[in-house]
Amino acid sequence: MMDDILLLQTIERYLSGKMLPDEKSFFEQHRKNVPEIDQMVVEHSMFIHQMEDYAANHNLKHKLHDVHNTLLADHQINEGGEISTKGKVVKIWNKYRKVTAIAAVVGGAIALMISGLVAFFAPVNQQAIKELGQEVEKLKNVQTYQGKQINDVKSKTPVGAEVRGGGSGFLIDAKGYIVTNSHVLRNSKFANVYNNGKEYRTRIILQDNTRDLAILKIEDEDFVAAKSLPYSINNKNNIDLGEVIFTLGYPRNEMVFTQGFLSAKTGYNGDTLSCQIQMTANPGNSGGPVLNNNGEVIGILSTKEAQLEGVTFAITSKYIHRMVDQLKSSDTSYSKIKLPTYSSIKGMDRVSQVKKMEDCIFFIRAYN
Amino acid sequence: MKAEFNEQALLKGLAENDTKAIETIYKDNFTMVQSYILNNNGSYDDARDVFQEAMIALYEKAQSESFVLTCKINTYVYSICRRLWLKRLQQLGRYSNQVDGLEETVQVEEDLEIHEKRNTDFAIMERALQSLGEPCRSLIEGFYIKKMDMLALSKTFGYTNADNAKTQKYKCLMRLKKLFFAQYNIGE
Repeated sequence: MMDDILLLQTIERYLSGKMLPDEKSFFEQHRKNVPEIDQMVVEHSMFIHQMEDYAANHNLKHKLHDVHNTLLADHQINEGGEISTKGKVVKIWNKYRKVTAIAAVVGGAIALMISGLVAFFAPVNQQAIKELGQEVEKLKNVQTYQGKQINDVKSKTPVGAEVRGGGSGFLIDAKGYIVTNSHVLRNSKFANVYNNGKEYRTRIILQDNTRDLAILKIEDEDFVAAKSLPYSINNKNNIDLGEVIFTLGYPRNEMVFTQGFLSAKTGYNGDTLSCQIQMTANPGNSGGPVLNNNGEVIGILSTKEAQLEGVTFAITSKYIHRMVDQLKSSDTSYSKIKLPTYSSIKGMDRVSQVKKMEDCIFFIRAYN
Repeated sequence: MKAEFNEQALLKGLAENDTKAIETIYKDNFTMVQSYILNNNGSYDDARDVFQEAMIALYEKAQSESFVLTCKINTYVYSICRRLWLKRLQQLGRYSNQVDGLEETVQVEEDLEIHEKRNTDFAIMERALQSLGEPCRSLIEGFYIKKMDMLALSKTFGYTNADNAKTQKYKCLMRLKKLFFAQYNIGE
C-alpha cells in the first residue's frame, strides 16, 4: 500500500514537471523497463487531465451562475417582466378582472350578432382552398406572348373569343387525348392548347366537375401524334409518404419544373379523392401531372390551401383511369383510348426525364 | 476589423476564465437566446440552462488547440442554443411548430457531439466522486477543484500534519481512480 502511494506520488511529481533532471532521466529509464509503471503513468496522466477538465467545467458553471446573477442585479439582462410582459399582464388582469368579464360578455354578444348578420346578408363562399387555374387578366398577357411566338402562323383563336381560364394539361394517350382539371375549363365552350410555340385546336370531350377532371382531344391537322408516351399513369392505390415528386406546368408563359414531396395520403379535410403534396404551386399549375421518380404519373395538381404556402393538393391518378373507363363504356367511339402503363423514363436522371416529357405537357387556354 | 479583434480577445479571455470577458459575452448574447427560447415554448429557467450550456461549449471550443471560430460569436452561440433547445424539446415530447428568428445559423453538430462526450465523462467523474464518501470527497475536491494547498487542507480537516493529509489524499485518489475507470471503461 505504502509503495503504491509512493509510486503515485512519484508519478505525479513526474507529470507536473517537478523532478530534477537526474531523477527524471532515472525515472524515464525505469518507465521504459517496466511496462506496468509505463501504463500507470499513462493512466494517471489521463486521469489527472480528466480531473482538471472536470474542475474547470465545475468552476465555469459556478462562474456563469455568478455572472448571471450579477448581470441580473445590474439590469443588464432581464428575467420576467420586460421581455414577455407577462408580469404586467397578470397585474392588469387582476385589477380589471370584473370590468373585463363584463366587457367580454358584451363584446361576445355583439360579435355573435354581427357575425349572424354577416352570415345572413352576405352570400360569400369563402374558399379555404384555391384552384390553381390561371386568372383571366394574367392570361391576356400570356396570350400576347404566345401570340408572338406563333406570329408566322395564322392564329387559330376565333375572332372575338374571350379568354375564360387557363392552366396545364398532359397527354394520356398519344393520339391526342389530354387530361386537365375541369375548373380550368369552367364557363368555357372550347379550348386551345399550346406546346413549343405551336397552337392546336381541341374539343372538350368530358368535364367531370365532381372529380374536377376533364378530357380534351386535339383535333388539328398540324398535330403529329407520337408513337407512345414516356410516362405511365398509375392505377394503384399505393402512395408512399415522403416520396419525391415533381411537376411540369405553365404558371407563366413557359414551362416550369417544380419539385416537392408527397406529404399526406388524403387531401383537404381528409378528401380521399386527392393527396397532399409539399410544393409551391402557382395559378396555372392546375392540371399539370405529378410524377414520382420512376416517371409514373400519380396525380394531377389541382388546388392549394389558400392560407398556407406550399400545401398543395393533387387528384389521385386512379381517378383518371376511372373517368376514362366510364367514358369508354358510355361512348364506343372512345373505346380506343389506352392509358400508358409503361414508363420508359424510369431510372433516368431528372433532366432527361423532363426532356422526354416536354412535348406531352400543354398550356391550355379556354374560351367562351 | 476592430470588431473582429475584439471578438478574438473576448474568446481568449473566455479561455483564460477572465470574468470581464465572460460577462461581456454573456451580456451581449443572452437576451437574444432568451427571447428565442421563450418564443419556442421555453421558460426563463430553460433559457438560462441552455445559454449556460452553450457558453460552456464555446469555452471548450476556445480552449481546444485547433480552435478556429469561423463565424461571429453571436451566430455560434445562437446556433448551439437552437440545436440544444430543439433536442430538449424533442426529448420532452414538446416538439411544436418552430418559430425561428431571422438570425443566421452555422453547422454545430460536430462541436456538440464533442461537447456531449465531455459531458458524459464529467457525469462519470461526478458519480465516482459521489460514491467516494466523506471525507475523501471533500479532500479531493479541495485539492483538485478548489486548488487549496496541502497545509490549508490538513488544517481544515484536522490532520496533524500536511504529510498525513497527503497520504490520505493519495489513498482517496487511488479509490477514486478505480471507481472512475470502472465506469469509464464500460462507457468506452
